Amino acid sequence: MSPLATLFRSSIGRKFLMALSGIVLVAFAIGHLVGNLQIFSHPDKLNGYAEFLHHTGPMLWAVRVVMLTCLGVHVWAATVLTLENKRARGGQAYAAGKSWLRAPFASRYIRLTGYVVLAFVLYHLAHFTLGITDPADFKGAHAYVMQQDYAVMGLPVVAAGTQVDNVYLMVYRGFESVPVSLFYIVAVGLLSLHLLHGIDSLFQTLGLRSQTWAGALRKVVALICLLYFIGNLAIPGAILTGALAPHPAADVRGTAATAQTSPASAQVAQHD
Amino acid sequence: MAADTTPTSSKNISVTLQIWRQAAADQPGKFVEYKATNCNPNMSFLEMLDVVNDDLERRGEDPIAFAHDCREGICGTCSLVIDGKPHGPHEGIASCQTYMRSFEDGAVITVEPYRAKPFPVIKDLITDRSAFDKIQQAGGFISIRTGAAQDANALPIPKQDADLAMDAAACIGCGACVAACKNASAMLFVSAKVSQFALLPQGQPERDTRVLNMVAKMDELGFGNCTNQYECSAACPKLISHDFIGRMNRDYIAATFRAACKDKAAGADGGA
Repeated sequence: MSPLATLFRSSIGRKFLMALSGIVLVAFAIGHLVGNLQIFSHPDKLNGYAEFLHHTGPMLWAVRVVMLTCLGVHVWAATVLTLENKRARGGQAYAAGKSWLRAPFASRYIRLTGYVVLAFVLYHLAHFTLGITDPADFKGAHAYVMQQDYAVMGLPVVAAGTQVDNVYLMVYRGFESVPVSLFYIVAVGLLSLHLLHGIDSLFQTLGLRSQTWAGALRKVVALICLLYFIGNLAIPGAILTGALAPHPAADVRGTAATAQTSPASAQVAQHD
Repeated sequence: MAADTTPTSSKNISVTLQIWRQAAADQPGKFVEYKATNCNPNMSFLEMLDVVNDDLERRGEDPIAFAHDCREGICGTCSLVIDGKPHGPHEGIASCQTYMRSFEDGAVITVEPYRAKPFPVIKDLITDRSAFDKIQQAGGFISIRTGAAQDANALPIPKQDADLAMDAAACIGCGACVAACKNASAMLFVSAKVSQFALLPQGQPERDTRVLNMVAKMDELGFGNCTNQYECSAACPKLISHDFIGRMNRDYIAATFRAACKDKAAGADGGA
């Protein structure tokens, strides 16, 4: 059997694919959060960042294809492995009930948290990438004029004066809705729980975990997951509680109605 | 090594047993209640079953079938699930070395066979674990002309490696790992059998084919996949570490890629 066939057909091969796709997804999730935390800065930052990402051309699509492939592989491997596991256990359950001996809490619910995370990813894409759930505030609906250059690693990539999509406004409006914010908070909480077992587990699957540092690994993973949750909680949490006051430059409360009908008037309004 | 540290006791106890009775593999089974009265607390769980069976035979009833052999925790034959835990309440103890002093007077104890598709019930509490033999036959050995025993120091092996190999070799192949795993995965067993040779020089020539063949056989026999919850090592009467699973994963992935790149001698299929 070729190595590729082995990866897709054998038990350990599929687990290996699960771990590899997991690494890519975790790296993305953390990078995505770090980028989004720019909402706590001037709207130039988040809007410039979004404009920059949208104009990376084929790179953007390459990343999207890789991400969707990894998500597909991760879900496929999870489904196949779970079905095999259920078959292996057989129809007869233990009458005395299954009492856990040492399985970590997060591991017991990894499949259930996975379902919620998948639903959340689909909703999140519909909300902020495709603009299906909230078209009135979707990025193209409002315009924003960059007040300063946006630079990546010292290189200015979006010049001051450029008219860009108002992603800051879209995110702000999105999280002003209590049910939406609460769903985000619950979902990222469960995602953090998913990662608590997932990250720890991938080291075991790749054969990189051993008793000598298993304890330290567990603590580091727990810290990463906690920070990830706090970071994700901060954005909807700050908007919902009013701790993050809307930046006047992003025209959060002002002339949204006119902005929707005419991006040009929004531009004028922002300069007022 | 863990041990049953429950202090010896002199007060006789009586317990109620809920025991799985199943006349044959193709017959439906059910729980039947038995009383074990006036048990010496220092008799083993299997000795208690012997007494119950003596009584059943006296009454002309079919005795309870259960697997046992050495009764000193080294053969791996006994295989009871007592109150939902393979081998009973203690850590690192086989069913045969579980004593009645571990139970309260008047306790109701559920006794079941291992539940896993690859371990079908033969009768009552006895399961067919020949699937483990088949995995062993796929590579759990070294092909070597032994001849006369060579000098003990002819093959220097670091003590740490020898100790670790011995830890893996402590596996008695009882199948408690499969019984405890919610996925009925045999990875702890297979990883112990793979690692005990992979750590020693004698195991090197067949190292790659061994892990590939044993895992392929394990998959073929319908065992489940590891979800890194480590219930297996918690239930193992020999406390085999789940670190061996990580080691096997690493070996398996490396062997998969090495096998794909391996040169084959032109005359490999012929003879000299």
